[in-house]
Amino acid sequence: MPTKPQAAKIDRGDGSLANDLPRVSSSSEATNYSNGHARRGLPATSAKRLAKGLGWFSVGLGLTELLAPRAIARISGVSNAHTGLIRLYGLRELASGIAIFAQEKPAEAMWSRVAGDGLDLVSLSIACTAPDAKRGRITFATANVLAVTALDVICAKQLSNGNQGIHAKGTCVVNRTPEEVYTFWSNFENLPRFMRHLESVEDLGDGRSRWAAKGPAGMKVEWDATIVADVPGEVITWRSLENSDVDNAGAVRFERAAGGRGTIVKVNIEYNPIAGVIGATVAKLFGEEPGQQLDDDLRRFKQVMEVGEIVVSDATLLGTGYMDQRPGRPAAASELEEAEALPSQNLTNYQAEGRTMQR
Amino acid sequence: MRANCWYGKTQMRVEEVPDPQILNQRDAIIKVTSTAICGSDLHLYNGFIPTMHKGDILGHEFMGEVVEVGREVTNLKVGDRVVVPFPIACGNCFFCQQQMFSLCENSNPNAWMAEKMFGHAGAGLFGYSHLTGGYAGGQAEYARVPFADVGPTKVPDHLSDEQVLFLSDIFPTGYMGAEMCDIKPGDTIAIWGCGPVGQFSIRSAFLLGAERVVAIDRVPERLQMAEEGGAETINYEEQSVYDALMDMTGGRGPDACIDDVGMEAHVPGIAHAYDRVKQAMMLETDRPHALREAIMCCRNGGTISVIGVYGGVIDKFPMGSVMNRALTIKTGQAHVQRYMKPLLQMIENGDIDPSFVVTHTMSLEEAPAAYDMFNNKKDNCIKVVLKPDGNGIGAAVKDDSYGVH
Repeated sequence: MPTKPQAAKIDRGDGSLANDLPRVSSSSEATNYSNGHARRGLPATSAKRLAKGLGWFSVGLGLTELLAPRAIARISGVSNAHTGLIRLYGLRELASGIAIFAQEKPAEAMWSRVAGDGLDLVSLSIACTAPDAKRGRITFATANVLAVTALDVICAKQLSNGNQGIHAKGTCVVNRTPEEVYTFWSNFENLPRFMRHLESVEDLGDGRSRWAAKGPAGMKVEWDATIVADVPGEVITWRSLENSDVDNAGAVRFERAAGGRGTIVKVNIEYNPIAGVIGATVAKLFGEEPGQQLDDDLRRFKQVMEVGEIVVSDATLLGTGYMDQRPGRPAAASELEEAEALPSQNLTNYQAEGRTMQR
Repeated sequence: MRANCWYGKTQMRVEEVPDPQILNQRDAIIKVTSTAICGSDLHLYNGFIPTMHKGDILGHEFMGEVVEVGREVTNLKVGDRVVVPFPIACGNCFFCQQQMFSLCENSNPNAWMAEKMFGHAGAGLFGYSHLTGGYAGGQAEYARVPFADVGPTKVPDHLSDEQVLFLSDIFPTGYMGAEMCDIKPGDTIAIWGCGPVGQFSIRSAFLLGAERVVAIDRVPERLQMAEEGGAETINYEEQSVYDALMDMTGGRGPDACIDDVGMEAHVPGIAHAYDRVKQAMMLETDRPHALREAIMCCRNGGTISVIGVYGGVIDKFPMGSVMNRALTIKTGQAHVQRYMKPLLQMIENGDIDPSFVVTHTMSLEEAPAAYDMFNNKKDNCIKVVLKPDGNGIGAAVKDDSYGVH
């Protein structure tokens, strides 16, 4: 059994060869599933990089305005009488800068920069009407602010663009052999047992499957998918068929852990919702933190593989998210009805397969 | 059923809650006959552990009778009398298979919370905040016990509840604190904290071959109990701990030091005020005075065993002393499942009778008063056992032998 990662070479799809090579880093381009999504404008990561640059610009300019308002007044040709206002604008710049660094995807912070740019431009035009205005310098400053404003608008628009898709990747170690873990995963009908956003996956045969996901407010999103690559014990990749409401793809790789200590499972998932109602619904499937949700899914996967069922506590009967927590005390019968299907009501995987747990 | 619930800092209420049910196939439901308040419950009581929710049932030291088992539990049957270990452990994961049960990878469904705080998560624990899983605790009439095929240990009828109850936590915890010292014949072990865990560390250190044990506290009845267990004692309010230990060991220091205190250490004078202020301002979450002192006192090349509970960050940690003097630090929540059977054997052999530590037996309904008494060390309180069924309250449980026979 080879232990080195290999690109999958089996093609069961409609002509496009998928490979599951992991992304170079968490922030770089998405996994290549070879179905060529055309992207408009800047890729998400470039927008984020630009935002970071503008964040540093905000911090630098903000500090200068705060600490050396007279120099700023001189350069921009504004009267020295306005140093108080310049200091205030410095604070605003600093706040924008900090907000940009504080957010993973700082769309709001970038829009706040755009608003600040507007304020700067208005202030400069007012300054221009003053009797002692140095118009040449003010014009120069205005041109600079306009240039930065253009950058801010481009960056903010890119970051607020909802059509960039949802990418999540996660990993876990499972105390089972790659063959055992592969066997469980390769039956896609098992996936809804641990992937919280999925309602069902139906095997249609011939590598094809019909997926149903739970949307908000009881909405259901469905699509058909096909297996693109399948190397037993190593890798499975799949993607949605043409004309799906939800363009999506996934890859899971199984690697023998060092020392024979089980299997390292690496998952990449990508959803590219088409704009519109269904797109917005799909965006909500993974919530605010798709990576966190995939981590939780993988934790449940590990529990199913190692323990035989998903482990629940009193607090997590309704889910493991912070907002899902109920008190650490037994639930009343009415609360239990709201809970998802309890493991005690289902056959375990092992029982279903007529086996007993290994201990 | 009735259960003792947390409602905020020093706010406890015994109230009616739904009975527990089998939720996983490896669960058992236990009818609790005895449950104790742990020193670490006081960290919850005093509001130092985050992710508590109003209405959480506390308690992680309990035992009782099996009244229901899930389909996958084949080693227990209804009617069995069992003690339940406080860490919840699956028995199947990498760590369980290494006997490191308190690090179980599968028993904490809220592991993400602990990962955010600690980098990685430990096992789920009973009644000990949501970052350890959000499981209902055992200070109740009934408790659901997950992985009942791994944790609960059957105990013989001829031993009383008070003799075996502490296999759930404080006896294995105190024992592991001593075991981590890697005691060699002739060793001198210094132990900070003479609460219930400290008392078991003292006796375990002797059982593991220590020649001298020095116990450090300030509460007279706890120091007395330590002396009755064979320890020499230092009252840190009356003398300098460092000077006294150096005097006892010819200036070399004890071979190993056990921190049985944890995050709420007290110390006279300015250092205590400093840590109290920093803790109140959230600049550090824990007051590590005992740990700092243990490090400074330990002999070169010695071992620091930290079994007292810490929850977050500390400062003024004397890393230079640790590194330059080649100290070893060992820590961990006790891997209780690893110790239950051998320690039960010691109890059966008469090597130790853990009931010596009990000073108060009360009803479950009195839990809020019991927390207040234990927290403020009123009425010479060292260990409280609560009886949900009301049996055995007021019974004479204290014998005069103080543990090691």
